[in-house]
Amino acid sequence: MKNNHPMIQAKNLIFSYPAENSENQDNLNLILKNISLEIQKGSFTAILGHNGSGKSTLAKHMNAILIPDEGKMLVDGLDTCQEENLFAIRQKAGMVFQNPDNQIVATIVEEDVAFAPENLGVPPEEIRKRVDNALKSVKMYEYRNHAPTQLSGGQKQRVAIAGVIAMQPDCIILDEPTAMLDPQGRQEVMETILKLNQKYHITIILITHYMEEAALAERVVVIDNGEIILDDTPKKVFSQVDRMKKIGLAVPQVTELAWELNKAGYAISTEIMTEQECLTALEKLL
Amino acid sequence: MLKDITLGQYFPVDSMIHRLDPRFKIINTMLFIIMLFSGNYFLNLLIGAVFVFIVQMLSKIPFKISIKSIKPILPVLIVTAVLNLVFIDSGETLLHWKFLKITEGGIQTSIFMICRIILLILGSSLLTYTTSPILLTDAIEYLLSPLKKINFPVHEMAMMMSIALRFIPTLLEETDKIISAQKARGAMIDTGKLTDRVKAMIPILIPLFVSAFRRAEELATAMECRCYHGGEGRTRLRQLKANRKDYCSFIICILFLVISVILNSIIK
Repeated sequence: MKNNHPMIQAKNLIFSYPAENSENQDNLNLILKNISLEIQKGSFTAILGHNGSGKSTLAKHMNAILIPDEGKMLVDGLDTCQEENLFAIRQKAGMVFQNPDNQIVATIVEEDVAFAPENLGVPPEEIRKRVDNALKSVKMYEYRNHAPTQLSGGQKQRVAIAGVIAMQPDCIILDEPTAMLDPQGRQEVMETILKLNQKYHITIILITHYMEEAALAERVVVIDNGEIILDDTPKKVFSQVDRMKKIGLAVPQVTELAWELNKAGYAISTEIMTEQECLTALEKLL
Repeated sequence: MLKDITLGQYFPVDSMIHRLDPRFKIINTMLFIIMLFSGNYFLNLLIGAVFVFIVQMLSKIPFKISIKSIKPILPVLIVTAVLNLVFIDSGETLLHWKFLKITEGGIQTSIFMICRIILLILGSSLLTYTTSPILLTDAIEYLLSPLKKINFPVHEMAMMMSIALRFIPTLLEETDKIISAQKARGAMIDTGKLTDRVKAMIPILIPLFVSAFRRAEELATAMECRCYHGGEGRTRLRQLKANRKDYCSFIICILFLVISVILNSIIK
């Protein structure tokens, strides 16, 4: 079962959506320009980028919704170009989308979580077990008989995550899962994601434009205009405040504060991400 | 304002009738309908009424709720009654005014038809009151599965039905939002002549359709991500299992039908 393949391996990925009118054919709208990326099993990676940077397109390559024009995308060693790998890849790399309303299929929570294993032809007793475990791992077990419309946004998104967990994937790709949620729902979802990574060792790829969420990851990949421009730990990435600002991304407020102070000549580290860190650094400074 | 519409009128209480296998409930309802329409006499309707009454008591559905289900079909009832009253010409003439002629037979038939339709509605709405929509679609999928042999897309149909049920509340909520948004922009929706009001629906329907299509596309992608590939090789979490009670209910319904048919031929 375990092998040494990286979870996700993109090699010189090039992708463009088909041009809408034939006149523009020479200047094809390249969404992804030569992306190479490797993500290890069990890691937690955040992919940052502003709207239209190509981050969602990249995510859709990771479970074979989109197929690269050129280059290769390997998911746990399986090539997404090959038709026969399709279900194996989608089962290994589950995907959660932005709007929980548009990804819940069934009228009852547990039925929805059962949707993926049902598609995979898992025997009913095994589905029962998987559904219960998946719902427990996102803390939605008590709501298993509710209708999705009775739930809050954060709860719905957790159900959507459970629906993916029921496939027993090695990796979950979350495409801006908190963008439509209120702060409380956002926190619930982030806690769930962290738990899945730490407790169940599921590889997490979080696509977001919230810096606070990206700061929780082990690694941050910044994409702008179809290219990877930064790829490092959150601290290293956020300390490059001017570069981040240039591509239209705001760093966490405390990081920006530290950066401004540093620029004004105070001896303060720019690798500050949390309020607590900022507080201690400021105390030291005073 | 749209939240008041109850679609899929499932009434969730726990009762013997609720627990019956939905497949049997559908078949039993069919038998009941055959019973109503095969009988030509008030005695047949009486048997039907007894049947509805028993099921109603067993299902623990309040009578008030059941009576409500008749309200929407009142116009149908009135039209049926009037047509029968005017056009049936048999027995003693009771009233003759210009071309209108009301006869004893007409009155009898219209009362008979009204009773029959009321019983039909009461009986069949008991099915939807006691069975959740999702179980209903499951049962329909199962009952129609022989049609797969002639390439009829049974699974796809059932999937479409259950997704439609799933999205009704979502789209209703959305309609409410669009109405508010258009009102905020000065749209007159509740006032004006009928033609104006119909025209006012356009700015509501167009955004609703656009959003429904967008949702459909996202849902399709999400379903693909979860390895959906049609009904082939699919298993189900909820297995429908018939037990002795289900077979009993079936036998009882057959008995009612047989008694009704026999009585019908005796009276003749």
